[in-house]
Amino acid sequence: MSAPFDLLYSETEEELRSAVRALLADRCPPAAVLARVESGRPHDPELWQTLGTGIGAAGLLVPEKLGGQGAGHREAAVVLEELGRAVAPVPYLTSGVLATEILLGCDPSSAEVTALLREVASGRQVCVPAVPLTLAPGAPLPSPVRDAGGGVLSGSVGFVADAVAADVLLVPADTGLYAVPAAEVSLTPLVPLDLTRPLATVRLDGARGTRLADPATARAAVAGALLSGAGLLASEQVGIAEWCLTETVAHVRTRHQFNRPIGSFQALKHRLARLWLDVASARAAARAAADALATGTADAPLTIAVAQAYCSGVAVRAAEECVQLHGGTGMTWEHPAHLYLKRAKADSAVLGTAGHHRSLVADFAELPAP
Amino acid sequence: MITTEELLTRVRDLLAAHPPATTAPADFLRARFDAGLAWVHYPEGLGGLGAPRTLQAVVDAELEAAGAPDNDPRRIGIGLGMAAPTILAYGTEEQKRRFLRPLWLGEEVWCQLFSEPGAGSDLAALGTRAVHDEASDEWTVDGQKVWTSSAHTARWAILIARTDPSLPKHQGITYFLCDMHAPGVEVRPLRQITGEAEFNEVFLTGVRIPDAHRLGAVGQGWAVARTTLMNERVSIGGMRIPREGGMIAPVAAAWRERPELRTHALHQRLLELWVEAEVARLTAERLRQQLAAGQPGPEGSGMKLTFARLNQEISGLEVELLAEEGLLYEDWTMRRPEIVDFTGRDAGYRYLRAKGNSIEGGTSEILLNIVAERVLGLPPEPRDDKDLAWKDLAR
Repeated sequence: MSAPFDLLYSETEEELRSAVRALLADRCPPAAVLARVESGRPHDPELWQTLGTGIGAAGLLVPEKLGGQGAGHREAAVVLEELGRAVAPVPYLTSGVLATEILLGCDPSSAEVTALLREVASGRQVCVPAVPLTLAPGAPLPSPVRDAGGGVLSGSVGFVADAVAADVLLVPADTGLYAVPAAEVSLTPLVPLDLTRPLATVRLDGARGTRLADPATARAAVAGALLSGAGLLASEQVGIAEWCLTETVAHVRTRHQFNRPIGSFQALKHRLARLWLDVASARAAARAAADALATGTADAPLTIAVAQAYCSGVAVRAAEECVQLHGGTGMTWEHPAHLYLKRAKADSAVLGTAGHHRSLVADFAELPAP
Repeated sequence: MITTEELLTRVRDLLAAHPPATTAPADFLRARFDAGLAWVHYPEGLGGLGAPRTLQAVVDAELEAAGAPDNDPRRIGIGLGMAAPTILAYGTEEQKRRFLRPLWLGEEVWCQLFSEPGAGSDLAALGTRAVHDEASDEWTVDGQKVWTSSAHTARWAILIARTDPSLPKHQGITYFLCDMHAPGVEVRPLRQITGEAEFNEVFLTGVRIPDAHRLGAVGQGWAVARTTLMNERVSIGGMRIPREGGMIAPVAAAWRERPELRTHALHQRLLELWVEAEVARLTAERLRQQLAAGQPGPEGSGMKLTFARLNQEISGLEVELLAEEGLLYEDWTMRRPEIVDFTGRDAGYRYLRAKGNSIEGGTSEILLNIVAERVLGLPPEPRDDKDLAWKDLAR
C-alpha cells in the first residue's frame, strides 16, 4: 500500500488561509455578495486583484520560473475552502485552477503558452476554458468549435462559467487548443441557479485565436485539468458545508422557542451532530484528494472520484439543513443561506455529478456494473 | 526522556538475551515486561520506561519484525484498554505491583462489571450495593451486572457499586477490583441474537472484597469510572485500517467473484457504501495524524458512530447480495467465544453482530448527544436527577 496521505494542514497553509479569510471577511461579507449579485455584475474585479495578485492565489499552481508561486494543490485547496465559506464571486476555480492546469498541460517550451501562463498566474488576465462547467473527468470531450483554416474558429459552447469576467478563453477546437481574446467572441449570459458563478453561452463566428496545442495534447491537458478541478472542488464544497454548519449551530443556540434555545431539543442536536460528522468526513476526503494531486500518486484518480462522490452531497445537505433550521428566516432573500444552497446545489453538477464519480470509482476499484 | 535510539538498543538487547526462536513465549513476554518494553509510557518497574506513548509503535514494529510473540491483545482487551490505565491512574503502589504485570502478560484476564439491567445509558444510576464492615475491613457486594464480555474467562473484574444511596447518584459510587473466583460470584452466559454468548450476566451475592481492593476513595467511583470509559474511546480511535478493510471486504470480494449476483440497484448501493467506507477510513486516518501531531481533534467521538452505521448498512447489503444464500445461517449452536469476532464468519452473522455496534460502548443516541454538547456546544439535556438522592430516583 502506498504511503498514507498527509491529511492535516501545514503552518504555511494555515497562514494562507488566515490571509484569504481576513480579505474575504473585509471585502466579501454575505451582504456584499448579495448586493453584487443583485447588481447583475457578481464579479468583483478589485477583490480578484487583491486575491489573485496581492495574495498570489492566481499563481499557486504555477512554478516560480513560469511566473507563479510554486506552491501546489494543497494550498489551492485551502483557498477554495475559504472561497466556499464566503461563496465568493471570483473566477478562481475557472482561471486559477482549470485554465491554469490546461496551460500547464501544454508544451512548456511554447512561447505563446508561457506568455499566457505568466499573465494568468500573476492575476493580470482572467482566462477561462470554453467548456461546459458540467464537463466531467473521464467523459468524452465535446468539440463543437470548428477551425475554418488558419485558426478562424466558429461554433458555440454553452454553460461556460465566468466567461463574462474573462480576458481570454481557452477554446478546444477540431484542430487543437486556441487562446481566443474575449473581444473575438460573443457572449449570451444565462440566468444561473447559482448567482455567484455566472454562466454564458460563448459564440465564435470567425473568431481569431492563437493555437496553443495539437488536438491530442489539448485533450490530455483538458482531461488533467478536469481531474484537478474535480479534486479541488471538493475543498470548495467543504468550505460551503462548514459555513452552513457553523451558522446553523450559532442560530439554534440563540433562537428561543418554547422558552428554551431550539438547539436544546434532541431532534435538532442529533441532526446537527450527524451533519458535523459528515463535514468532518468530507474534510478528510477533500484533504486526501488535494494531497493526492500534490504528490501525483497513482491513487489520485480514485481518491478524487471518492472525494467528489462524497463531498457534493455533504455540501447540499449542509445548505438544506441551514435553510430548514433557520425556519422562515432561511426562506428569505435577505438571509445569505440561499446563496450557499444555490452554490452547493449547482456544484453538485459541476465537473461531474456524484453518480458520475461513483461510476469512476466502479472502474478504478474494479466493481463493475452488471 | 529516553530517545528512540536508546529504546531500539533496549529492544535489541532483549532480543539478543531472549531470542524469540528459542525462548518460550511466556518467558519472552516476562522478560519484555521487565525490560520496560511492554507499554513504554508506563513508569519504570511497571512494564514501561516513562517514554512518550507514540514510541510504542517503534517497539512493536521492531519486535514483530523479529518474530517475537505478543500477549494476544484481543483476548485481554478489557484488561489492557480499560482496567490497566485506571489502576495506573488511581491504584496504590501495592495494587499496581500486584495487578499490572499478570494483566499485561495475559496470565490474568479482566472483565468489566459496570452495566446493570436498570443502568445502561444511565450508568450512574447503578444499584449494586457494597456495604463496609468495620470489623473485617471488608465490603459485601450484592447485585446484578450484565453484558459482561469475558466474565467466563476472567480472573478479575473492575466493579462499580453503590456505597451511599442517600447521596445523588454520581456521588455515592465506589470502584473496586473484584476477584471473579470469590464465593458468591455467579456467571451465566447471556445468549445473543447471533446464537452465541459473547457476554454474560454476573450475579453477585454476598461477595466479600477486602478494602485493599478498593480503587480510589470511597464515593469517588464515578470519577474513576470516567477514566476507564475515556480510555475505552481512545482505544477505539487508534486503529489503522487498509483501504477496503473491515466489513466492505467480503461484499466487494463477492461482487467481483460472482457476477451472477449483480443487479443495478445493488450496484448503486455498493458504490455508495464503498465510497463511505473509504471516506471513514480517511477520517480515522486524519484523526490518527492529528493525535500523532499533538493536535487531538474532536473527530474521535464521532468515529464510532460512523463505523456502527456503516457496519450495519454494509452487512445488510451483503445478505441481500447473496440472494438465496442470504436465507441461510452458518450455525446456531450456542457457543462461548473467548474473543469478539466482528467479521470472521458468514454474512448472516456479520449482519446480526453489527447490530450491537450502535449499542455497545455507548449507544449511538448517547454519542450524538455527546457530539452535540461537547463538540458543537449545544445545550445539555435537562438533568432533573442530578441533585436527587439515588434512593429517591424513579425506577
